[in-house]
Amino acid sequence: MTVLLSVEGLTKTYPGVVANSEVSFAIAGGEIHALLGENGAGKSTLVKMIYGLVRPDAGRMVLHGQPYEPAEPRAARAAGVAMVFQHFSLFEALNVAENVALGMESPPPMRRLAARIREVSTEYGLPLDPGRLVGDLSAGERQRVEIVRCLLQDPKLLIMDEPTSVLTPQEVEILFRTLRQLSAEGTAILYISHKLEEIRALCDVATILRRGKVVDTCTPGEKSARELAEMMVGTVLTPPARPAKQPGPVALEVAGLSVASPAPFGTALKDIGFSLRRGEVLGIAGVAGNGQDELLLALSGELRSPPEAVRITGQPAGHLGPNARRRLGLVAAPEERLGHAAAPDMSLAENALLSGAVRKGLVGGAGFIDRAATRDFATEIVARFDVRTPGIEVAARALSGGNLQKFVIGREILQEPAVIVVNQPTWGVDAAAAAAIRQALLDLAGRGAAVVAISQDLDELLEIADIFAALNEGRLTTPRPVEGLTVEGIGLMMGGAHGMEVAHAHG
Amino acid sequence: MVAVVLTMVAGGLMFAALGKDPVAAIRTIFWDPLFHPQFAAYSRPQLLVKAGPLILIAIGLSLGFRAGIWNIGAEGQYILGAICGAGVALAFYPAGGWHIFPLMVLAGALGGWAWAMIPAVLRIKFRTNEILVSLLLVYVAQSLLAAMAVGRMRNPEGGGFPGSRNLAQYPPAANGELIAGTGIHLGVLAAVVAVIAAHVLMQRHILGFNISLAGQAPRAARFAGVSPNRLVLVCLGVSGALAGLAGMFEVSGPSGRLTIDFAHGYGFTAIIVAFLGRLNPIGILLAGLLMALTYIGGELAQFMLQIPRAAIQAFQGMLLFFLLALDLMSNYRVRWLRREVS
Repeated sequence: MTVLLSVEGLTKTYPGVVANSEVSFAIAGGEIHALLGENGAGKSTLVKMIYGLVRPDAGRMVLHGQPYEPAEPRAARAAGVAMVFQHFSLFEALNVAENVALGMESPPPMRRLAARIREVSTEYGLPLDPGRLVGDLSAGERQRVEIVRCLLQDPKLLIMDEPTSVLTPQEVEILFRTLRQLSAEGTAILYISHKLEEIRALCDVATILRRGKVVDTCTPGEKSARELAEMMVGTVLTPPARPAKQPGPVALEVAGLSVASPAPFGTALKDIGFSLRRGEVLGIAGVAGNGQDELLLALSGELRSPPEAVRITGQPAGHLGPNARRRLGLVAAPEERLGHAAAPDMSLAENALLSGAVRKGLVGGAGFIDRAATRDFATEIVARFDVRTPGIEVAARALSGGNLQKFVIGREILQEPAVIVVNQPTWGVDAAAAAAIRQALLDLAGRGAAVVAISQDLDELLEIADIFAALNEGRLTTPRPVEGLTVEGIGLMMGGAHGMEVAHAHG
Repeated sequence: MVAVVLTMVAGGLMFAALGKDPVAAIRTIFWDPLFHPQFAAYSRPQLLVKAGPLILIAIGLSLGFRAGIWNIGAEGQYILGAICGAGVALAFYPAGGWHIFPLMVLAGALGGWAWAMIPAVLRIKFRTNEILVSLLLVYVAQSLLAAMAVGRMRNPEGGGFPGSRNLAQYPPAANGELIAGTGIHLGVLAAVVAVIAAHVLMQRHILGFNISLAGQAPRAARFAGVSPNRLVLVCLGVSGALAGLAGMFEVSGPSGRLTIDFAHGYGFTAIIVAFLGRLNPIGILLAGLLMALTYIGGELAQFMLQIPRAAIQAFQGMLLFFLLALDLMSNYRVRWLRREVS
């Protein structure tokens, strides 16, 4: 195969950090090439340089044998490079065709564009109805919109950043089929993912980045997932140990919980029910947007329900707010770190106060803040959870995602709750930190807390959960013991090929 | 500080365009009120008289502004405070007694508080916009003031002219100068107390923390257990009560009488003061003094240099404009490019 794009000695320095240092690799036409690395290893910066969003400080790129220096994404697209971002840039209130048109330089008339979308999407097995509102689509379907938008430009190189984080196993299969078809037609794919099994299944070559440098290249199919992870991290990983435990009395009971979503295009919860004993870990899977956020809000107390719908250590709590529930022993860690779990511009000390005030007694009787105790609590979180920060007066925004996540989870765990609810506890966190967080949750369960872990990472849930359930369009499946579950069975619990039938029915 | 300098430059250009000597105009506005051999003796106490209500109102407003609750109707709450305070005084007239003034203080605060509760309750019950409701209530308050000044509260011994009795001449209700020649009256003291209280609240108290949190990250505030509705009630209530107090101190002190045009626009100017002081209590203290200076200096410039009143108001507006513009510039970078859809 001929070399499509070669990258030689790319270097990019930001104040205080070298994001990429002398990165060199090459992609052949039709090759599916994985970029592997922990968070902060420099993958994003590298692809942003290839896509023209960031200009390298040094080094050069060659595309089709020609020097390639995209000054902006438009130039990159003109040269045949397209990118699907991890976070979608779609307008929920517009339909599919309008969203696609917005990303094009000179969109054809709507009717012709709609026909093209239908044509391309069926050709690649990604059925899409151009007339549907994006707000009504599942995450998987939204991703199809992004992919089809790229495919309409007939790219030679398609960059995909963490494309499967929002998909069910079945949807992942569909995506992989599409990618293989593209590859067979000669389109090269640069594939970024944390999910090692996927990379093993899909990719021809992997380039491994660590701290901004290329440390290794391999054929992923010939390595085990563990070997790949160890190449990424540079050390030997140990799986989390499950402390032996005896389930205690029931700590959290949810029955007939139905709540409307506070967000437009959100998912209402419908008749959710489960009960969880002290020491047990309930893993709740599901594709993003199936009610995970709403479930967390309804459990944390940010959404209210009838008193009997949620019972915390036996007390009716559905009508109580977050602080009253904290008093009863339930704490929560929402998915969105900046803006929900933590206030971005406030210091770590202030963020420790944010949810720790009640259980840690950080506020006196007259409402005055005990600043010394607050600082001590923040310092304890930083020390116990290995949060890398210059100090506790640093704004939450200044921390990397993984470090802030450790802080947020640590803040809740150190309150020694009876029940802890976490949503996406290791989202965007590097492998070592993720392992530490999972271990901390298991240890907490070992000390007799009930843990509700909502996550889209199946491997994570299988690793920590005793009981497994899935959210699908706001409904929770009957919880089952994890032992004896297969990935196939889990996929079906999560809703199978979610949204496919709908797309066909409208198509 | 840069904003003040830019205002001076732009204001100077404007004055030059009006055919006035810009240097003299700027000096008259910023320097003469404090140091002019002839006028300073009169204008220096005026500085505190004007700054007092501005600071008192702005402190209240700043709490809400920090939480993202926009009370634009302090002017109306100020008027209601004055009407209620004066009403208590006139009801007792001509009786004596130490209890009259405290009752007036209470009535003034309650009047402003009640007026602010209207937008608060409407927002909580019907999701109305408190900016609009509080602003429109200013005009209602002004009509009410006019009705009172020519109607029920008119001085029966005033020969039929609109306006109430002069409270300054009714000792139990008078809010006189505490130290002669300084302009310091109880309202100025109240403003200083408000500055200190607000500073402590924002730095040390959980309510202050919740206010900042709600303004910076509303979702994090809900996660922290802050009730948005309660915060609306507290912020609008406090700002209304402080504005009412300011109005009551004004009507019983420097103004003395409830008249149709008694309000001076303090309630609106206080919005500028709050932002000029970066919503920080100490900043507001300084901003209130600066704003009072431009008020007094502006009046001085009007009769010394015949600069039109509108030009002075434009000058004050520039101050806010430059401040906000610089704020934006220091947080964002201007790029003259089309944004990419990525």
